[in-house]
Amino acid sequence: MPELTYREAVRDALARALRDDDRVFIMGEDIAEMGGSMAVTQGLLDEFGPGRVRNTPISEMAILGSGIGAAIQGMRPIVEIMYEDFLTISMEQLVNQAAKHRTMSGGQVSVPLTIRTQGGAGWSPGAQHAQQLEAWFVHVPGLKVVFASTPEDVRGLLWSAIYDDNPVVFFEHRTLYPIKGEVPEELEPIPLGKARVHREGTDVTVVATGRLVHDALKAAEEAEKDGISVEVVDPRTLLPLDEETILGSVKKTTRCVTAHEAVTRGGFGSELAAVIQHGAFDWLDAPIERVGAKFAPLAFAPGMEQWVVPHADDVLAAIRRTVARS
Amino acid sequence: MTTVEERAGAGGPGVSGEVLRGFFREMLLIRRFEEKVEDRFRAGELPGFLHVAIGQEATATGVCAALAREDVIASTHRAHGHAIAKGTPIDRIMAELYGKVEGCSKGYGGSMHLYDIEVGNLGANAVVGGGLPGIVGAALAFQMRDEKRVAVAFFGDGATNTGSFHESLNLGQLWKVPAIFCLENNGWAESTPASQQLPLPVDELGKRALSYGMKLIEADGQDVEAVYLATLGAREHALSGKGPVLLHLRTHRLTGHFVGDAQVYRDKDALKLEWETKDPIKLLGARLEISDDEFAAIDAEVTAEVDASVEFAKAGTDPAPEDALKYVYA
Repeated sequence: MPELTYREAVRDALARALRDDDRVFIMGEDIAEMGGSMAVTQGLLDEFGPGRVRNTPISEMAILGSGIGAAIQGMRPIVEIMYEDFLTISMEQLVNQAAKHRTMSGGQVSVPLTIRTQGGAGWSPGAQHAQQLEAWFVHVPGLKVVFASTPEDVRGLLWSAIYDDNPVVFFEHRTLYPIKGEVPEELEPIPLGKARVHREGTDVTVVATGRLVHDALKAAEEAEKDGISVEVVDPRTLLPLDEETILGSVKKTTRCVTAHEAVTRGGFGSELAAVIQHGAFDWLDAPIERVGAKFAPLAFAPGMEQWVVPHADDVLAAIRRTVARS
Repeated sequence: MTTVEERAGAGGPGVSGEVLRGFFREMLLIRRFEEKVEDRFRAGELPGFLHVAIGQEATATGVCAALAREDVIASTHRAHGHAIAKGTPIDRIMAELYGKVEGCSKGYGGSMHLYDIEVGNLGANAVVGGGLPGIVGAALAFQMRDEKRVAVAFFGDGATNTGSFHESLNLGQLWKVPAIFCLENNGWAESTPASQQLPLPVDELGKRALSYGMKLIEADGQDVEAVYLATLGAREHALSGKGPVLLHLRTHRLTGHFVGDAQVYRDKDALKLEWETKDPIKLLGARLEISDDEFAAIDAEVTAEVDASVEFAKAGTDPAPEDALKYVYA
C-alpha cells in the first residue's frame, strides 16, 4: 500500500472527486495559486483550472453561503475555511441556513456541502488561530461533524463527506498534516458515523479525537508497561456518533477516559461522558475522566501554550486515575 | 467605471393594458391575502408572528412577472407577496401559515420560511440579509453549468447594513454571476427610520452598487410597470455575463413591521399621506381607469379566492408531532 501524508491524503480525495465529478468544485481563501495556507490544495489549480479551484475574497459568510446556494442547485461544493477560528464569521450561514434549509422547507431541499477547516495548537499561533471548536457544531441539528486523525481516515471520510447529502463540517488538525500512513491504492470510502478501534484493550477505554488519538496511543503504550491494557477508540464522526462501538468498548473495559485538544468544559468529551454514563452506567467501575485543554484563550508563549493543551502525559494520568478507583 | 445608472420605465417600451390588468389583479390578491392574514392572526388562529408587505405589492408582482419559471428567488421575512407572485397557490401558503401538512413547507416553515422549489422559491428567510450569499451560489451553479437562469435575492434597506450584503455583492460581481439583488427600500429597518440607519439619503441607497462596480437599475417601487420593465432589463444584464444588478426599488410599507405593531415611532400624518399617494394598487387603478364596477368584480373574485384558502387551510392536516424529526437529515 502506498504511504501518504495526511495532507496528501486530503489532496488525493479532493483531486479524485474533482476528476470524477463535474458537480464538485472547491473554493476558499488562497487555495489556488498558493495551494492553501496549509498547502493542501497545491497543484489542483493546474489540473482543474480556476473555474473549479476558486480563490475567494476574505468573505467567510459569502464563501460558506454561496456553497450552500450551489449545493441546493445540485452541485457538490467543497469550501475551505482557512482556520476554524474563522468559522465563527460564517456561523450565521452555517447554523441558520445550511443546517436548517432541509427542515424549514419540509424536505424539499438538501444541502450537500462539505466545509473543510483546520486548527489546533502546538506551533504558537496564538488565541485566534488554534481553537478547537468542533463541539459547537455537534450541538446543531442538521449538520454532520467529522474529525479525522490519520491519512487513511481523512481520505476515506472526506470522500464520504463530499457524497453525503447533508452539510458536513470536516475538521483537520494542523499538526497532523505531515504525519504519514499507509492508504489503500483504491480509495475506500469510510462511512460517516462509524468509529475506529485503533488498539484493543481490556482495562480502560480512551475515546479520543484529532491529535489526541495519537497521544492516547502513546499513553496506552506507556500504560501497558504498568500492566494496564488500554483500548483506544476514535469516533472519527462526532455527529452522528457511533454509540454502539463506544458503549460496547466501555462495557468491556468498565472504565473510560475522553480526550481532545479542545477545552474540557462543554467539550465533546462532555457529550461522550453523558452518552456513556447513560448507556453503560451499570458497567462503569470508575467515574469517566475527561482530558482537554485548560479553560483559557490559548496563550502565545510556547511554554504557556503547551501547558494549556493536553498531551500523552495527561491521558496517561487520567488512565491511572480511573484504574486507581478500584 | 462601466456602471451606469438608468431609470427604467421612462421612455421604455411600455406594457399592454391587458398585462397591467393582470398585475392589478395579482396585487389586489396579495393585498386581500395579507389583510386576511392580519385578520386571522388577530382572531388567534395563526401561530407565531407575521410580517405583511401591504404597500409593497408592486415590487413582488413586477419583479416576479419578469422572471422565467426556472429562475429562482430568495425571499425575506416579509414573504407572502413574493411567494404568491412566484407562483405558489395561495391555498398552500395559507395552509403553511396555519401550520398544516398541506402547506408549501409542510408546516415546518411558517410565514418566514415559505419554500416552493417547484416554482423556484428557495425560501423566505428570517435572518435579515441571510438569503443573499445563497443566491450568489445558486447563480454560480447556473453560470458553471451554462444555464440561462437568474437567481434573485429580495431584501430591504435594513439588510444593506449587514456584512452578508456586502460580501455577497462583492463576490457576485467579482465572479459576474447571473444574479439580481433586489433592494425593496421602504426606508424602515423594523422601527428604525432611514435617518438612523443609513448614512446615505434614503433615495440614494442604490449608490452602494457603485463601490462594487455593479450595474445599478432603479425604478419607482410603487409603479408596477416600471418595476417590471426594470426587472426585464436587470435580467438581461445579469444573463449577459457582465455580472449582477442591484435593482433598487423605492417602496413604501404602509403598515407596521409586524402584525400588531402600534407604530408609535411613525408620524401619523406622514403615514396618512403615504396611504393617499403611494398605494400601488390605487395608483395603477387610477392609471388604468378601472371603474367602481370593474374593481368590485375583481375584488369579489380575489376575496373569494382568499376566503377559500382559509377554508382549505383550516380543513388541513396537523402534522404528527414526532414528524418534527423527519427532515433533519437527507
